[in-house]
Amino acid sequence: MATQRNTRLGRLALIGVPALWLTLFVAVPFAIVVRISLSESVIAMPPYEPVFDLSAGFAAFAEALGRLDFDKFVFLTTDPLYLESYLSSIRIAGLSTAIILAVGYPIAYAMARAPKGTQPLLVMLVVLPFWTSFLIRVYAWMGILARDGFLNQALGGLGLISEPLDILSTDTAVMIGIVYSYLPFMVLPLYASLEKMDLSLLEAAADLGCPPWQAFWRITVPLSLPGVVAGCLLVFIPAVGEFVIPDLLGGSDTLMIGKTLWSEFFSNRDWPVASAVAVVLLVALLVPIGIYQHMQARQLEADR
Amino acid sequence: MRRFGAFHIAVLAAGFAFLYVPILLVVIYSFNASRLVTVWAGFSTKWYAALLANTQLLDAARVSLMVAAVSATIATVLGTLVAIVLVRFGRFRGRLVFSSLVYAPLVMPEVITGLSLLLLYVAVAFDRGFWTVTLAHVTFTLSFVAIVVQSRLISFDRSLEEAAQDLGCPPAETFFRITLPIILPALIAGWLLAFTLSLDDLVIASFTSGPGATTLPIQIYSAVRLGVSPEINAASTILIGLVTLAVIAFSLSTKRSEVERQRAERGAAT
Amino acid sequence: MADVIRQQQLGGVRREFAPWTDPAAAPLIRFDAVTKRFGDVAAVDGVSLDIYEREFFALLGPSGCGKTTLMRLLAGFETPDAGRVLLGGEDISAVPPHLRPVNMMFQSYALFPHMSVAANIAFGPKMDGWPRARVDARVGQMLKLVQLDGLGARKPHQLSGGQRQRVALARSLAKSPKVLLLDEPMAALDKKLREETQFELMHIQYELGMTFVIVTHDQEEAMTVADRIGVMDKGRLVQVGTPAEIYEQPNSRYVADFIGDVTLFKGTLEGRDGDVALVRERTSGVLLRALAGMADAAPGATVWIAVRPEKARISPDPLPPDTPNVLSGEVFDIAYLGDLSIYKVRRPDGTFMKASQPNATRLVERPIGWDDKVWLSFAPEAGVLLTR
Repeated sequence: MATQRNTRLGRLALIGVPALWLTLFVAVPFAIVVRISLSESVIAMPPYEPVFDLSAGFAAFAEALGRLDFDKFVFLTTDPLYLESYLSSIRIAGLSTAIILAVGYPIAYAMARAPKGTQPLLVMLVVLPFWTSFLIRVYAWMGILARDGFLNQALGGLGLISEPLDILSTDTAVMIGIVYSYLPFMVLPLYASLEKMDLSLLEAAADLGCPPWQAFWRITVPLSLPGVVAGCLLVFIPAVGEFVIPDLLGGSDTLMIGKTLWSEFFSNRDWPVASAVAVVLLVALLVPIGIYQHMQARQLEADR
Repeated sequence: MRRFGAFHIAVLAAGFAFLYVPILLVVIYSFNASRLVTVWAGFSTKWYAALLANTQLLDAARVSLMVAAVSATIATVLGTLVAIVLVRFGRFRGRLVFSSLVYAPLVMPEVITGLSLLLLYVAVAFDRGFWTVTLAHVTFTLSFVAIVVQSRLISFDRSLEEAAQDLGCPPAETFFRITLPIILPALIAGWLLAFTLSLDDLVIASFTSGPGATTLPIQIYSAVRLGVSPEINAASTILIGLVTLAVIAFSLSTKRSEVERQRAERGAAT
Repeated sequence: MADVIRQQQLGGVRREFAPWTDPAAAPLIRFDAVTKRFGDVAAVDGVSLDIYEREFFALLGPSGCGKTTLMRLLAGFETPDAGRVLLGGEDISAVPPHLRPVNMMFQSYALFPHMSVAANIAFGPKMDGWPRARVDARVGQMLKLVQLDGLGARKPHQLSGGQRQRVALARSLAKSPKVLLLDEPMAALDKKLREETQFELMHIQYELGMTFVIVTHDQEEAMTVADRIGVMDKGRLVQVGTPAEIYEQPNSRYVADFIGDVTLFKGTLEGRDGDVALVRERTSGVLLRALAGMADAAPGATVWIAVRPEKARISPDPLPPDTPNVLSGEVFDIAYLGDLSIYKVRRPDGTFMKASQPNATRLVERPIGWDDKVWLSFAPEAGVLLTR
């Protein structure tokens, strides 16, 4: 029985260490974000006035609850900047996701149909850019999309355009950047679901009189849907909160919520507003994140 | 059934061109003699020489490597614990909360992770510097390690552990003698992933770093904001080269052990 | 048949070994009303069983019958919810697996992929703190026993399936455990290799004088290797006996049907004629005779008569009028197996009966064909009366 108590203690310790870490560095910080989003901004360091003073005890806490300040959230709805940057974030991320799906599906499909021996190499080629710095990959497009950049040089050299295109510092550039940076996140889950598909299903369909293009729509596409959903969420969720891409490739009029949060925090030094933006951003992402986590959990159960 | 035809090859060629041409342009123009980054003016390595004189950038690189090494190591230990808890502990009270906390950093926008950690540091008056960045990186990379180790643990044949115990090996010792050596490639992969993610991170580091702890991405970012420069091209080329070498070396070394493992497992199953 | 082969294997020495018939013999292993539940399902349901030293015992049943759980209770990977597991008279229910003098050969072999063959075999002795020289000597001895000399330095993945199986066996034998547990040890081998390995296993068990408990779903395998067989169904032990007892005197329709081929006649017990029970078949109304044996049922009760195909006679001509248990029908199917043919006969009431006949003569004159009218019969001693 002593060994049983030992294993129970061991279990507790094994759960306890990571649980403590996650509480301290994930749960508590987010609670602080929520708290500060309900605070008054002041020009000081730190630039906010705490609503709760934990040292004052429970009575003070209860009293403070009575005068919580939802001004920041009201403020978010009155200033059109915030609403517009939300809508613009979702529009840009959504459009980019659709483009990535259109670009990524053929690539994943071709990979899954490639000779078995070369497939690991192809997967590695898709993953490799992911391992090289994100910042550098975005930076690379600054040189390509600039007014005197490689794209305009190439198009001008081919005689396709007479005037250089202004792509850098537009929403188009931001979308190109997102498509480029997040393409592997779409291709890999798509490839995974296409690769494990039993090709004899297509043979069976053909045997039963289904022409190849119909077999693609009736068999291949439905079976790859889990990969499609996973890929879209994997791209859409981080793209909505993206900061680096709109900052480097977008113009001053490119509105994305991550960028707004950043400038609220670093330029305007308004921590409560930045926190309120963060809270609302996360609330907006709760649904896709929830779907994604649900899928992950199901996937893990299925692998078991 | 359908052959791998010209269409497939064309699609792959176009896809990989899209993925690699931008990076190649950065690499090629790092050897450009001209400061004008889009006009080729002959081969030169002068920007690499200039890099060596750029102490700011070198200092930042040193800080980044330190942060990445320390945070990846801690994240590997914690991430492995998380994976063991998630795979082996079945249902326990608070499991849903636990797993939500594990997956949260994976899907939370970086700006939120960065902001929330900074606010934590301010709230407890923790001076920002090397350790604040490192702890932040541990937190957001341990989830990735957990995912990698978790998928390996799920496919792990539990009867290996039972066999060891059956032959007289106590449970804790079984973990170190049997389980750990077998899942080691996943731990190494997790460590490398954590290391690269840390090395690559701009947003979280921007929030959580302080004076004296400027990381390489922060340094590069402040230079990049001013526009494309051949010096940054050179720095990028070095980074790309290092990462490519590391990835190739790693995949070659694990490919062998992975093939062996799969063969062993398949052999046992048939 | 199994007994005949055993005699040949063991050098023609007939083994008189039946401690279970001796009331004074103390069992090595005792399951005492053991129950193990997983959720609402009782994987093992009140099983009591004695296994004796030097016995080769087989737990037989379909997948999910609880045989593996029973073995894992013995190895210590599961703890009983009720009842006790005793080894050498001591309750070991609470002893963790690494402290039990019992070793197991896993169905997947569970060879440590990161260790050489020799290191795998040495693992158990090392854990027991044997001195190095003794460990090395033991590894050599074990490699020789399973005929793998010279392969000690290989890694498991460099071996064939049969070789891996031998390593697993050697590893589980290395500590000379009191009991060796074998979980479907031959499931991964092809038929021919499986048969060879079965004989080898019997030989090793006899040589080492150890107690073996094997779990299998293959009735032929159980009958070949085991001294006694325990047939399991839904967590319960249905019958325990020697292979011949299980085959010739099954105690239930389940056992009769699971072991070998059988035709079952359902009927009502009408009475007795000395040792012979008179049973009126439900579907046809025919009166059948079978030895009553130990089955106790009152007249009017529903009973079954089980007849093995090889114990039924099949004839293209009508049988003499004094023949007992005569039935007729048309040949529905013939399975030609080379050494014998099995006839599936459709009776007028729509039921089927199987009879097999050795092909003593060559094919040229096979008198019975498809759709032929045939007569079947079986001796009262060939039928087994079953009450459940």
